[in-house]
Amino acid sequence: MGELITLQGSEQGFVTTRVNDLLGWARKYSLFAYPFVTACCGMEFMALASPRFDISRFGAEAPRFSPRQADLLWVVGTISQRQAPVLRRIYEQMMEPKWVLAFGTCASTGGFYDNYTTVAGIDKLVPTDVYIPGCPPRPEAVIDGLLLLQDKIASGDRTPGVVKPREDPVSRDLVPLRKKREGAPTGRTS
Amino acid sequence: MSERLLAKLRERFGASVLETHSHLGDDTAVVDPARWKEICAFLRDDPACDMQMLVDLCGADYPDRTPRLEVVLHLYSIARRHRLRLKARVGDEDAEGAEIDSVVDLWQGANWFERETYDMFGVKFRGHPDLRRILMYPEFEGHPLLKTYPANKTQPLVAYRTEEEAGVPLEKLAPFGDDEGMSFGRKNGDATGDATNGEA
Ligand code: SF4
Repeated sequence: MGELITLQGSEQGFVTTRVNDLLGWARKYSLFAYPFVTACCGMEFMALASPRFDISRFGAEAPRFSPRQADLLWVVGTISQRQAPVLRRIYEQMMEPKWVLAFGTCASTGGFYDNYTTVAGIDKLVPTDVYIPGCPPRPEAVIDGLLLLQDKIASGDRTPGVVKPREDPVSRDLVPLRKKREGAPTGRTS
Repeated sequence: MSERLLAKLRERFGASVLETHSHLGDDTAVVDPARWKEICAFLRDDPACDMQMLVDLCGADYPDRTPRLEVVLHLYSIARRHRLRLKARVGDEDAEGAEIDSVVDLWQGANWFERETYDMFGVKFRGHPDLRRILMYPEFEGHPLLKTYPANKTQPLVAYRTEEEAGVPLEKLAPFGDDEGMSFGRKNGDATGDATNGEA
């Protein structure tokens, strides 16, 4: 849509880029989510949506249980071969522009379900924008994923991204038992 | 405790009880599949057995044996508090022609268990009211829990996206190390079987 509005004689398309920026900014804070929740990751999704982690702070809390009203597809959990046509169909029913988040290792790669029944990663079925690893991912990781997606929306970047692991502040200073036996310094001095 | 049950079974059905096993309250009888339903009916209705509850019914595959498959039934008596495992061996060395009587008219709960056993192992239950696959989809070919089903063979219902379409690599290694998980499949980077079939 932004492409249509260009100033006559303007070679740089100054207005175009401004309009795209504006659209990106508007879209990234008004994501309407369709939660496609199939497995244990759903529990972590509930934590994410509830007050403690509260994704409404990022303008992405409104679930829409009709794909026609949603522009962000959360794939939360294991996708079996039997569900694959359903997921594809849901995706196809969504309006452009639309984004897909793979929540958890199962949705991203199939996880440890290396067998006859599981689709090894939803990107085999639908284009995926952000992968959030973890079994299940901590809500912080999901928030990282959401912010990554929002950055991508704002900049119009459609290449897939993976959420990086975070350092856990509690175990940061802990040395694994194995290392300790080998006589590694414990890291904590006082 | 239910050794008495086994004795009763042997007394009543004689040579149709092929084997029995009893250890610390874990009692098993292997019986002739031809008399499966009769034996089940006896176990349910005889007042001294009174096995009102069907706990589980499943299958097992022993590829080195003939008959190759086993149908395993667990029964429990709520009133008498004894339990019994009943097995019947069916099917030839290719697990073909495995048939046994359905026990749905004795225990309603057997319905879905028998469908599952049919789905996973291909055992046909004679007289089952609705013997369809229960977990896999109707288009699925073969029975996935047979040991001869290729471990990395999948049968996708929708065509996967191609890498050209996606513009990114789609094959991923499973998220575990060399010393973890199973000895086949994506772990070894042998993902060829993943998108199409397990022939490779
Ligand atoms: S990634 Fe882990 S928690 Fe999430 S659906 Fe898979 S098995 Fe369950």
